[in-house]
Amino acid sequence: MLSIFHSLEISHYIYLSTVLFSIGLFGVLFRRNAIILLMCIELMLNAVNLLLAAFTEYMGDMQANGQMFVFFIMVVAAAEAAVGLAIIVMVYRNTRKTDVSFLDQLKDS
Amino acid sequence: MNPIALILLFPLLGFVINGVVGHKLPKSISSGLGTIMVLLSFITAIMQWSVVAADANGSIAWDAYTFFNLDGILFKAAFSLDHLSIWMTLIITGVGTLIHLYSMSYMDHDKNTSKFFSYLNFFVFNMLLLVLGSNFLMMFFGWEGVGLCSYLLIGFWYQNESFGGAARKAFVMNRIGDLGLLLGMFLIVKNFGSLEYSQVLPAIAEGSSSNVLVTSIAILLFIGAMGKSAQIPLFTWLPDAMAGPTPVSALIHAATMVTAGIYLIIRCQAMYSLAPMAQELILWIGLATALLGALIGLRQNDIKKVLAYSTVSQLGFMFVALGVGAYTTALFHVTTHAFFKALLFLGAGSVIHGVHERQDISQMGGLKKMMPITYITFLIGTLAISGFPFLSGFFSKDEILANVFHHNIIAYVVLVIAALLTATYMFRLLFLTFFGEFRGTDYKLSEVHESNWKMTLPLVTLAILSILGGLLNLPHYLIHQDGFLANWLRPTFLIFEHSTHTEISTEIALISVAIFVFLFGFIYSRNRYISKGLSPETPTSGMGKVLSNKFYIDEIYNKLIVRPIEFFGYLLFALFDTLLLYGVTFSINPILKFAGRFNRKIQNGNIEYYLIYMVAAIAILLGLNLFFA
Amino acid sequence: MGVFNNLPLPFLVLSFLTILGALYVVTSKNPVHSVLALILTFFTISAHYVLLNAQFLAIVNLMVYAGAIMVLFLFVLMLLNLNKESEPIKSNLWGIAAAISAGLLLVIITAAFQTAGIAVMKSNAEGIGLVKNLGRVLMTEYLVPFELTGILFISAMVGAVLLGKRDKSETVKTEEIV
Repeated sequence: MLSIFHSLEISHYIYLSTVLFSIGLFGVLFRRNAIILLMCIELMLNAVNLLLAAFTEYMGDMQANGQMFVFFIMVVAAAEAAVGLAIIVMVYRNTRKTDVSFLDQLKDS
Repeated sequence: MNPIALILLFPLLGFVINGVVGHKLPKSISSGLGTIMVLLSFITAIMQWSVVAADANGSIAWDAYTFFNLDGILFKAAFSLDHLSIWMTLIITGVGTLIHLYSMSYMDHDKNTSKFFSYLNFFVFNMLLLVLGSNFLMMFFGWEGVGLCSYLLIGFWYQNESFGGAARKAFVMNRIGDLGLLLGMFLIVKNFGSLEYSQVLPAIAEGSSSNVLVTSIAILLFIGAMGKSAQIPLFTWLPDAMAGPTPVSALIHAATMVTAGIYLIIRCQAMYSLAPMAQELILWIGLATALLGALIGLRQNDIKKVLAYSTVSQLGFMFVALGVGAYTTALFHVTTHAFFKALLFLGAGSVIHGVHERQDISQMGGLKKMMPITYITFLIGTLAISGFPFLSGFFSKDEILANVFHHNIIAYVVLVIAALLTATYMFRLLFLTFFGEFRGTDYKLSEVHESNWKMTLPLVTLAILSILGGLLNLPHYLIHQDGFLANWLRPTFLIFEHSTHTEISTEIALISVAIFVFLFGFIYSRNRYISKGLSPETPTSGMGKVLSNKFYIDEIYNKLIVRPIEFFGYLLFALFDTLLLYGVTFSINPILKFAGRFNRKIQNGNIEYYLIYMVAAIAILLGLNLFFA
Repeated sequence: MGVFNNLPLPFLVLSFLTILGALYVVTSKNPVHSVLALILTFFTISAHYVLLNAQFLAIVNLMVYAGAIMVLFLFVLMLLNLNKESEPIKSNLWGIAAAISAGLLLVIITAAFQTAGIAVMKSNAEGIGLVKNLGRVLMTEYLVPFELTGILFISAMVGAVLLGKRDKSETVKTEEIV
């Protein structure tokens, strides 16, 4: 289908992916709610997925290595989201908050 | 075993044994051990006499050990017992034995007798290293060693702070001279590629080295001799060295260590004969020292100080002899001076002992009744040094005067004046101490006692030697040939020493002058102190004050040299130590603390901050990689 | 920067929506809004996948990410009862710092790509992302990782269950389910 879009180059997808990644990174740094934090991480992962898929298309890789990698990234992201959320629930049980700035027990007193 | 090794071994053994276990031994054993060791060295040396005398330039050599080989230059511990060194060895060990014997009694009441004897033995060892060494390296080893022993022995009663200061002063002044000696040795190694006498001196005697070089080396070595043998300007340590026990003054500062400089110059006769400028320098410095020492000695009231300045003056005489090229005469005077000066010092020690540790002659007087042996031997010593006819001092001094007369009339006149002053102050000392009325204020004449045999036997022995010492080198007009010492020593000189043959008429004139000088001193002092019964002067004005304050030389040195150096030291301390060293070391702590506090804030346990740090770091690293890799 | 003329409209619209959604995710005060915005973003990304000949991925993205993971997030949000967020917003300074850091990374990566000079030709390959192709590749070359993901999931499940367990000593009141 991409044959229609001859003017679309890999660099455009690179820029898009990078911007999405940066936005996700900004979210990770900026948000205090632990759940939103995890979501922004998912956003970053997706940006990377997009780039990988773009590369398999643009290199004509019949082995579809990039898409395979995306596949596994999704697997890991799912597992990580499950475990991460379980941890957040645990933390909430103990501290009644989801604010990550309260998790500073490791600080140098 | 090589006899030289034995000669060196005995005092070294004494040093070690007394040093390590001496304090556990009873005093008589440790002091006896020290004395016997030196005696054994003396006997061994005597036994070698025939061996060395067999040949005109006979010697025994001992190549002990090669320290290292630097590009072909060998640095060895090598010794040789030739005519010159055996003579010095006999003086050192002979007089040394007598002084050790004397010390057995003199230091008997001291707490640290064994330490004293171990130091004394170590001194003898180092002095023997100095004279037995067959190269400049061993000589320098011994040179420094005797300097060290001098420090240890002067400051033997270091609990008194001024004594420790005197020891330091001696060592530091010595060191200043040593710089010249070292520089001379460096020049020798650089230009002649060796430190061995057997290689350097013939090379110099060849005459092919530049005059500037030979003169420079000669002057530098003389600077070393200046420090060790107390010539102007490095002489003020010797009077202060009287802080040490009297046997130390006798051995080190009269008979042996101070003659090391003269020995060095005699050994390098080839060099000095080819450097007339250096010889002139030696002559005039020796003259000035002879005169200055005699002048100051005229108005000192401490027995030992008078003798100390007398030593300074007599050393000046010896250097004058060297300066006019009369090397044998200088060694002759060294020998006779060893006899009578050691005698005088030991006698002074006996007096000090007898009046219960007092040294001020204004507290003495009329002691000859109570200390006859001391008196008689002291009298003999005084006669010898003043040039009483046919005593040892007469011959040696007369020979010096004769040689100087042929060289320079002005120098001769100055030297005669110095000899006159010598007779004057020596008789002053004799009369004030032993004659006249007893002036002691806090003790009685009846408490004064003669010393025991261990002290009087050396006195008598040295007195006999002072009388007969002249036989060693009788002058030409008497025996119509060269004296014994002249013949003995001649083979060691590489360059022919001009022996001055004076006409008999000139000789008679010179002898008359000498006798006149002696009589003048005797009569003048007798008049002042016996007939008029004057007490020791404590002058408060005029020339007398200048003399009794030693021409204020110590004060001048202090203001001109010592204070600026101290000030410089404080300046450096304030600048470098406080600012740099203290500043740096003591600022590390606050800096680290501050850095720590600052870094602590980064670890606040908050993952948001950590995340930002991480991202920023990754970004910067990537950027660096991108732009600079 | 790349050439912006001649960009096809679908791409532009999709990209615009994606970025907008992403921005709303990170800036919304209400967490439920954030979740919904993220779901929108996933939809647009799936559309991108379709554009990129990765049809299987597009569907799987929707099913797994938007369908399962986001539902999970939403579920937890509801469980913790966080819809009216009293989340204290950070100071502006912090926002600026975060923006600078993220922006720094963006700039550097972009600069890297500038210098890298990627010249990739479009391919004419057909059916890269179809199930048939992907299935074949998955079962032949990537078989071992595929099986390992099973183990990964088991461990994740066990971990999550364990983490969610309560101690026996704790008693649960009906008001506090969490």
